Amino acid sequence: MIHSLAWQVTVPLVLAFFAVFAWVALGAGDKADATAISQTSGRIRSWIFWVLVAVFLPIFGYTLRDLPYSVAAVAGGPPQVIKAIGHQWRWELSGTEVQVGKPVDFHITASDVNHGFGLYDPDLKLIAQAQAMPGYTNVLRHVFTRPGKYRVLCLEYCGLVHHGMLAEITASEAK
Amino acid sequence: MADKPELPLDPAGKRGVLAYLAVAAVVLLLMMLFGLAMRLAQSEWLGLEAVYFYQVMTAHGIGMVAIAALGTAAILWYFLARRVRLSTGILYANLALFLVGVVLVLAGIFIGGFAGAWTFLYPLPAKPMGIWPQWAAASYLLGVLIVGVGFLLFYLDCARAILGRYGSLGRALGWPQLFGGDASEPPPPVVIASTVVTFINLLSILAGAVILTLSLINVYVPGFTVDALLAKNLIYFFGHVFINSTIYMGVIAVYEILPRASGRPWKVSRPFLAGWSATLLMVLAVYPHHLLMDFVNPTWMHVLGQVLSYTSSLPVIAVTAVGTLANVHRSGLRWNLASGLLFLSVLGWATGVVPAVIDATIVVNKVMHNTMWVPGHFHTYLLLGVVAMILGFMAWLDEAAARGDSALDRAAFWVFAVGGFGFTALFLLSGRDSVPRRWAVHLPEWLPYDRVAACFAAAVVLAMLVFALRFLIGLKRMAAA
Ligand code: HEM
Ligand SMILES: [Cu+2]
Repeated sequence: MIHSLAWQVTVPLVLAFFAVFAWVALGAGDKADATAISQTSGRIRSWIFWVLVAVFLPIFGYTLRDLPYSVAAVAGGPPQVIKAIGHQWRWELSGTEVQVGKPVDFHITASDVNHGFGLYDPDLKLIAQAQAMPGYTNVLRHVFTRPGKYRVLCLEYCGLVHHGMLAEITASEAK
Repeated sequence: MADKPELPLDPAGKRGVLAYLAVAAVVLLLMMLFGLAMRLAQSEWLGLEAVYFYQVMTAHGIGMVAIAALGTAAILWYFLARRVRLSTGILYANLALFLVGVVLVLAGIFIGGFAGAWTFLYPLPAKPMGIWPQWAAASYLLGVLIVGVGFLLFYLDCARAILGRYGSLGRALGWPQLFGGDASEPPPPVVIASTVVTFINLLSILAGAVILTLSLINVYVPGFTVDALLAKNLIYFFGHVFINSTIYMGVIAVYEILPRASGRPWKVSRPFLAGWSATLLMVLAVYPHHLLMDFVNPTWMHVLGQVLSYTSSLPVIAVTAVGTLANVHRSGLRWNLASGLLFLSVLGWATGVVPAVIDATIVVNKVMHNTMWVPGHFHTYLLLGVVAMILGFMAWLDEAAARGDSALDRAAFWVFAVGGFGFTALFLLSGRDSVPRRWAVHLPEWLPYDRVAACFAAAVVLAMLVFALRFLIGLKRMAAA
C-alpha cells in the first residue's frame, strides 16, 4: 500500500541524514585543510544534483501518468453514481450500497463550508479522498475491491463537530 | 574580507531584537503547552471539550506561525542591519502592531470563541453554526490583518534598504556574479536570503490582506460572497509562502553564526546563488500542492504543484546542508548550545523535507492528505528546524554576552532533539495509519500513538522551559553587552 511505502521511503532517508550529520558532528573537533574540504563538498553537491535529476525524472514519469482528476467513460455500462453532500455536520449520501468490482463515481460537494470526503476501508485505512467544496463538484472514481463496511470521515476542518462527521457505505459482491 | 559586517548595530536596534526574542521565548513556551494540551486531549488523558480543543488548535496554529515569523524576523534584522541601513522605528512599529494583533486574535478566540483554524478557510469564519458570534470572527481576522500590516512595513523597509545599497533585485541576488561573469565578491548570504524573503513575502502578505478583507466583509455582509476555490487559492498562496519564509529567515543564523564558530567563512558559490534565485521563482508557484484534492482546480496546476514541490525546496536545502556539513567538517569547532542547535536545525529542515515531498506526489496525497502525516512533516522542519534556529540565535547572543554552557543546557539540548524527533515520528506513524488531522476526538485504535506522542511532547516543553528561562534571565546582561 502507498501509506506503508511512504513510510518505508521516509525512514531510511531520514536515518541516512542522521548518520551523515552525526559523522560530521563527531569529527568537527579535528582539524583539516578547508580548501580541500570545500572542493570535495563542491563535487558532492554536483553529484547530489545529478542523482536527484536521475531519480526525479522517472518518478514524475511514473506518478504523473495516471491522475485521479478526469474520469473516462467505462466499458460495460455506466458506473454506479453516489452523490455526496457535506453539511455541518453530517454526510448526505444518495446511496450507501455499492458493488465490488464495478466503478463508483462519487459526486462530491458541500452545502455550507468546505468538508473533505475521506473514504476509509474496513481496516480503517484511507483509500481515496476528494474535497467537498461549496459551489463545486469533484468527481472521485473508485473501484471497491473487497466487500465490507467502509466509512466516510470528514477530512477538512468544518467546525465544532468535524470529528463527528462519519457515514457508512457497504460494498458487496455483485449478484 | 567581504564577510565582515560593515555597519555598527545601534543599541536601540539591539534592544528591539532582544524584545522580539523575549516575546518569542514566552509565546513559544505557551503555544507548546497548547500543543501538549491537544495531544493529551487526543490521548484521553485530559478532558478538553471539543469546543475548547478547536479554540486551542486555532490559537496554536496562528500563534506558532506568527511567532516563527517574529523570531526569525529578529534574526534577519540583526544581521541585515550590519549590511544595509534598516529603520529601527519600523522594527518597533512591527512589534507594536504584532502585539495589538495578538490581543485581537486572542480575544476573538478565547473570549468570543472563534475556532475557524489558523487558515480561516472561507466561508467557515462566517458560518460556524452559531458557535461563535460575528465579532469573534471579525476580531480574529482583523488581528491577523494587523499583524500582516506590521510585517508589510517591515519588508517594505527591507526592500528600501536593500535596493538603496544594491540598486536592483538582480544585484542583491548576485546575478552579475551568477550570469555575467562578474568576478567581484557577491553579496553576503544574509543579503541574498533577505532579498528573497522580502520579495516573496511582500506578495504573500498582499494576497493574505486581500482574502482577510474579503472574509471580513463576508462575516458582516453574508450576501457578499467570494468563490470558495479562489479563496482557497489565495489563502494557501499566502499561508505557504509566509510560513516557508520563516525557514529562509531563520537560516540566516546558520550562515552567520556557524562560520564564526568554525572559523571558516561561508562561501557564496555560484550554486548557492543559483539555488536561492531558483527558489525565489519556484516557491511562488508551489502552493497548489495544498489543493491537490480539489479536483476542479486546473490539472496543470496540480502537475505544477507536484513537480515544483520536488524541485523548489531542494536547491536551498541542498546548498545549505552541504554547505553546513562542509563548514564544520574537521574545522576544529567546539560544540556549544548555539552551534549545536543551529547544526540540529539544518538536520531538522532536511529530514522534514523528505515526508513533505513524498506527500506532494499526487497519488500519495490522495491517501495521505489531511492525515497526521501533514503535521508530521511540518512539525519536523518548524520545530526542529525553525524553532531550533531561533533558539540557537538566542543562545549565541547569550554566549556573546559571555556565558558558558551548563550541564542543564546540554541536557535540554538532547531532550529537545530526542523529544522533538520522537514527537514528529509519531505524527508520521499516525499519518501512515490514516489518522485524520484536526480531530478533537480520536477513535480507540489511534490512542496508543497519541499517548506516546504526548510523552515526547512533554519532553519538548520541558526543554523549551529551560531555553526560555535561560534567555529571559540573561536578557539584562545581553542588553548591556
Ligand atoms: C511541543 C511542541 C509542539 C506540540 C506538542 C504541538 C502539537 C500540535 C498538535 C497536537 C497539533 C494538532 C494536530 C492535529 O491536527 O490533530 C498541532 C498543529 C499545528 N502546529 Fe504544533 N506542536 C508543537 C510545536 C509547533 C511548532 C514549533 C510550530 C510552528 C512553528 C507548530 C505549528 C503548528 C501548526 C501550524 C499546526 C496546524 C494547526 C491546524 O491544523 O489548524 N507547532 N500542533
Ligand atoms: Cu465536515
